[in-house]
Amino acid sequence: MDQAVAAISEQIRAAATDRTALRVRAGGSKDFYGNTPHGALLDPRAVRGIVAYDPSELSIAVRCGTPLAQLEAVLEERGQMLAFEPPHFGAHATIGGCVATGLAGPRRAANGYCYGGVRDFVLGAKLLDGQGQLLSFGGMVMKNVAGYDLARLLTGSLGVLGVLVEVALKVVPKPRMEATLRIAMDEATALAKLNEWGAQPWPISASAWQAGTLSLRLSGSAAAVNAARSRLPGESMPQTDTAAFWQGIKEHIAAFFLGDAPLWRLSLPSTAEPLKLDDEQLIEWGGALRWLRCGRPAAEIRSRAHALGGHATLFRGGDRSQGVFTPLSPALTAIHKRLRAHFDPAAIFDAGRMFL
Amino acid sequence: MIVALPDSESQVAQILRLCHAMHVPVVPRGAGTGLAGSALPHAAGVLLSMAKFNRIVDIDPKARTATVQPGVRNLAISEAARPHRLYYAPDPSSQIACTIGGNVAENSGGVHCLKYGLTVHNVLRVRALTIEGEAVEFGGGALDCPGLDLLAAVVGSEGMLAVTTEVMVRLVPTPQLARCIMASFAEVTHACHAVAALLAAGIIPAGLEMLDQAASRLVEPFAHAGYDLDAAAVLLCESDGTPEEVEDEIERMSAVLREAHATRLQVSRDELERQRFWDGRKNAFPAAGRASPAYYCMDGTIPRRHLGQMLTAIQAMERKYGLHCPNVFHAGDGNLHPLILFDDADADSVARAERFGAEILEQTVQLGGTISGEHGIGVEKLNQMCSQFDRATLDAFIAVKHAFDPSGLLNPGKVVPTLHRCAEYGRVKVHSGNERFPELPRF
Repeated sequence: MDQAVAAISEQIRAAATDRTALRVRAGGSKDFYGNTPHGALLDPRAVRGIVAYDPSELSIAVRCGTPLAQLEAVLEERGQMLAFEPPHFGAHATIGGCVATGLAGPRRAANGYCYGGVRDFVLGAKLLDGQGQLLSFGGMVMKNVAGYDLARLLTGSLGVLGVLVEVALKVVPKPRMEATLRIAMDEATALAKLNEWGAQPWPISASAWQAGTLSLRLSGSAAAVNAARSRLPGESMPQTDTAAFWQGIKEHIAAFFLGDAPLWRLSLPSTAEPLKLDDEQLIEWGGALRWLRCGRPAAEIRSRAHALGGHATLFRGGDRSQGVFTPLSPALTAIHKRLRAHFDPAAIFDAGRMFL
Repeated sequence: MIVALPDSESQVAQILRLCHAMHVPVVPRGAGTGLAGSALPHAAGVLLSMAKFNRIVDIDPKARTATVQPGVRNLAISEAARPHRLYYAPDPSSQIACTIGGNVAENSGGVHCLKYGLTVHNVLRVRALTIEGEAVEFGGGALDCPGLDLLAAVVGSEGMLAVTTEVMVRLVPTPQLARCIMASFAEVTHACHAVAALLAAGIIPAGLEMLDQAASRLVEPFAHAGYDLDAAAVLLCESDGTPEEVEDEIERMSAVLREAHATRLQVSRDELERQRFWDGRKNAFPAAGRASPAYYCMDGTIPRRHLGQMLTAIQAMERKYGLHCPNVFHAGDGNLHPLILFDDADADSVARAERFGAEILEQTVQLGGTISGEHGIGVEKLNQMCSQFDRATLDAFIAVKHAFDPSGLLNPGKVVPTLHRCAEYGRVKVHSGNERFPELPRF
């Protein structure tokens, strides 16, 4: 254990002895996400830096306090990227926060080797548990079935099981070409078409439908992108506008995401029918992610999401007092509680961020 | 031992409730094609065969999902999806026989997982029963779910956390075209460098497999794949996609392979020839079974840059143990399958094969790799778990087991070694009272 990790371990052990609550927070770019945080601050940003990176291994090991922007710049230099296109939601985002929240961006539902969320590209994780012990799961290799896959389980765990200090990620080559098509169509048609095209080998790497326009991003070799562009409908967006457009969707700085109205995130089967809630909506991930701006009661939105086979999260704003996540079944709750009892026996980590 | 063959979820639930109440171990079992002994019966337990759960519940071409019972064979899913021009991507070599329930238990791979992922990347939802007989769903029809990602723990858990009763998998569009390059190399190290060069050039081949000369010579009389038997190593490198993409990629791949000193390149001219190239690779295990009274297949995964070093080490072990060991491997993933050929009628040969295998696994850990890439730990690699993980991490695995199965009755004695076992293997010092969960039975 090096000095920076040992210092955090020490802070955890002291908190466990005193039974004081800890709240893990690095850059604070995702403070808004999850239930209201509680506890004394634990800032893991002293644990930073790239540990190992060899582009021909398609993997990188990085300490969790490393700024996400720095990590992405290192990959970019070698023509590689994080496949899941993570949102930063602020200038100070770290890779630790990215993995702990498990939030993926527009490329999540891409066709081909970029398909997958954050957990799909996590190969290994090192964690300081609630007793300050350093645990190491997975590793740097692509395939690993030795022991339970806790590196993936820790992805999106919001710090409730411990402090992530290092992760190993699978990285992918950047596509050689990208183009965006704009197609005028209503919501129902867009959903039908997205599912139809998803079953065909088009190099679609992102989709966004809003207010009667579907935007489709194509990524891959020039041959693949050009073939798709000539056979799919719609007009090409000028190349100079595409980066800013997808950045606006990914970082929630597009006009749709501005303002104070509560923002709901509905994660649904891509084939789920239109919500018919008559509120402003933006659809991503080929229909599997629906953003909704509305002040309707949580129960109404949750029951609609449930009926459609998914779940709803109050992402930003609104009344957060009743919990922002969809409650778990009793059987799953019992498993969560027992996991937490082992990893954090003194119950010092801010479990309320996830469970309330 | 009792064997139970239930054919409905309620029957499975009843069996589990009974076993739980009577404190009887339960071992779930699929087709039994596993290579690590994960589904070995328990002498004093119930063997829960899921063979009758063989129904494809639903193929949804619009949502691109298949919902199947756990006893459905891997290949049967792709066959059922074929009319919709969709398929299930993970393709372990045993896919004609192995079942999806077993694939979920082992997190099975295949020859196309560099590009299309392992089982864990292609399963959306697992419906299962806990040891108490209660139904639970991990994952769902959406791309994420609230709470911790328990699905990630269940996939690859070797039947120790819950009994799978239904699986929803993701289907992907069948590529319009696939072509495969067969590249020959005069040196194994050249082939290893070629693998790194392809990936560094920004190419993700649909498949990237290697056979050393001993392996090519082993499979050729059996599969007639047309392998170059004079080459020290043969690399199979596949491209798939639209015809335009494939043409472009085959050209780029060929340039990289030539640059990496390939002595001969042969590109499959049609689907029949492509299948023939793969037949050799996929039949490596049966070919080993034909050439030798018995063989022991290893499954370590190492960082790709160490492939050459590992192969050299294995050559030295061949001399040390007096046994032959052809190598086939998923080069793109760094996942090796050394096939130690031995004589199971000769106790000394068996003992040497076991020591040979153990040394390969130890070497794998030394090189920063893992003792199992896709076959699982089962009972076979329990000792080496003590080498790969420290006690605190092994305790975390025990805690996960306990969180899902507090009674410890589901498939006991597999995957996670006890403290005592590690002590006997000489990997851990026992301090009295150090063991977590001392109340748990250790079978």
